[in-house]
Amino acid sequence: METNEVFDKVKGLFVEDLGIDESKVTMEAKLEEDLEIDSLGIVEVVMAFEDEFDIEIDDEELADVSTVGEAVKLLHSKI
Amino acid sequence: MSKRRVVITGLGTINPLGNNVTSTWEKLTNGISGIDHITQFDTSSLPVTFAGEVKDFDANDYMGKQHARKLDRSAHLSIYAAEQALQDAGFDTKERLGPNVGIVFGTGIGGIGATEDAVRVYDSRGPSRINPLAITQLMPNSSTGQVAIKFGIEGPSLTITTACAASANAIGEAKKLIENGVVDVVITGGTESGTTPMTIAAFAQIRALSSKNDTPSEACSPFDMNRDGFVMAEGSTVLVMESEESAKARNAKIYGYVTGYGSTTDAHHITAPAEGGEGAVRAMKKSLDDASIKTSEIDYINAHGTSTPANDKNETLAIKTLFGKDAYNLTISSTKSMTGHLLGGAGAFESMVCLLSIINNKVAPTINLNTPDEECDLNYTPNNAVDLEINTAMSNSFGFGGHNAVLIFTRY
Repeated sequence: METNEVFDKVKGLFVEDLGIDESKVTMEAKLEEDLEIDSLGIVEVVMAFEDEFDIEIDDEELADVSTVGEAVKLLHSKI
Repeated sequence: MSKRRVVITGLGTINPLGNNVTSTWEKLTNGISGIDHITQFDTSSLPVTFAGEVKDFDANDYMGKQHARKLDRSAHLSIYAAEQALQDAGFDTKERLGPNVGIVFGTGIGGIGATEDAVRVYDSRGPSRINPLAITQLMPNSSTGQVAIKFGIEGPSLTITTACAASANAIGEAKKLIENGVVDVVITGGTESGTTPMTIAAFAQIRALSSKNDTPSEACSPFDMNRDGFVMAEGSTVLVMESEESAKARNAKIYGYVTGYGSTTDAHHITAPAEGGEGAVRAMKKSLDDASIKTSEIDYINAHGTSTPANDKNETLAIKTLFGKDAYNLTISSTKSMTGHLLGGAGAFESMVCLLSIINNKVAPTINLNTPDEECDLNYTPNNAVDLEINTAMSNSFGFGGHNAVLIFTRY
């Protein structure tokens, strides 16, 4: 799967499942500051990623993820 | 030091009759029921298929999907009612209310819908797929915390869970906070949204609910010979209460005083009232003492009047015990006949009714009261509203657990 396809799927999850405004979801967007995903929300996001891509994400792998682009990069490496 | 007097300066409500105070009062005084077949989920396997649901409310539209999906419906309703009440009281809801404002909120079963959802996911998909927001949705203090966050309420906060007496107790405790000078303003009231499959099934299992599935709007018939149980309902009602000095200083509109609060416990049975409503008698007496008034000064009682055989009989006995032969001159009504039972939100809703009765000099009726019961032989204002000068009104609330909370409201 190409990076842009991963991004499209991630964007779909954010918009459809989490109710985030579509225009806010860019590769540069910061999860906490820009998308208002707090510590509880991150757990939801990880669950949604795991279901969508049929993968498992460890807490340690999230340490370097603070933007949508970084999330897409992590997902891309695991698919 | 004498206690400070406490007034109500704002009201907000969302309930089966309407999504604001004006439309709710109009339905109440026209004897219109808000009870109907359940629309929110499939009821085909349930023994009871009707309830008092909130209508025409979409939390996603109101607060945005990203925020709405983090909260249980009971909290959606709380924030909606609280915003109305604060605006009604003349507060700027964009500003944080700060440390001189407290919150005391009541609920019977909190985010029970979120609990049911989480258990369903646990059973079907296992522990790793539980909603991470489940705890913050289901905890009974969720509405208290969410309303505080939304409006920046930084003073004391309490959540009271005395079942169907919860929001009456909340108002009573809020009154004390203001009387004693802890804060000048308290946002108080209650919420409930337990019209969910497991909860309805569980209440039906103990034969607490009316099972008149074919005639929902006629099912809740307090004090009627053919009453067969209460009707589940959802909603939230919020009151802004403050010290009289604070209200005057803000030049706020004043609905009335809350002058009396009595709180007692039956310590008898977890669901059944004590014989003759003994605990209720003591609670009513304590509220009169708190207000420093005599029984003869009560113009109207908004009864607990759930439409269960046991409540209505024992509440009637309790009123007769306290008021003696004057009980027959009292004007009483049960507005639950129209709303259904708002459980933890009932005391706040019915407190609002008392205040509106005083303001409008009008008593909302007990509808569906057609067949007299010799054990319920007082004046329950059957079927039609009446015009009556009301200076002092009493609101009764009694809850599973044996909790009794009585409030008195007085004309300003």
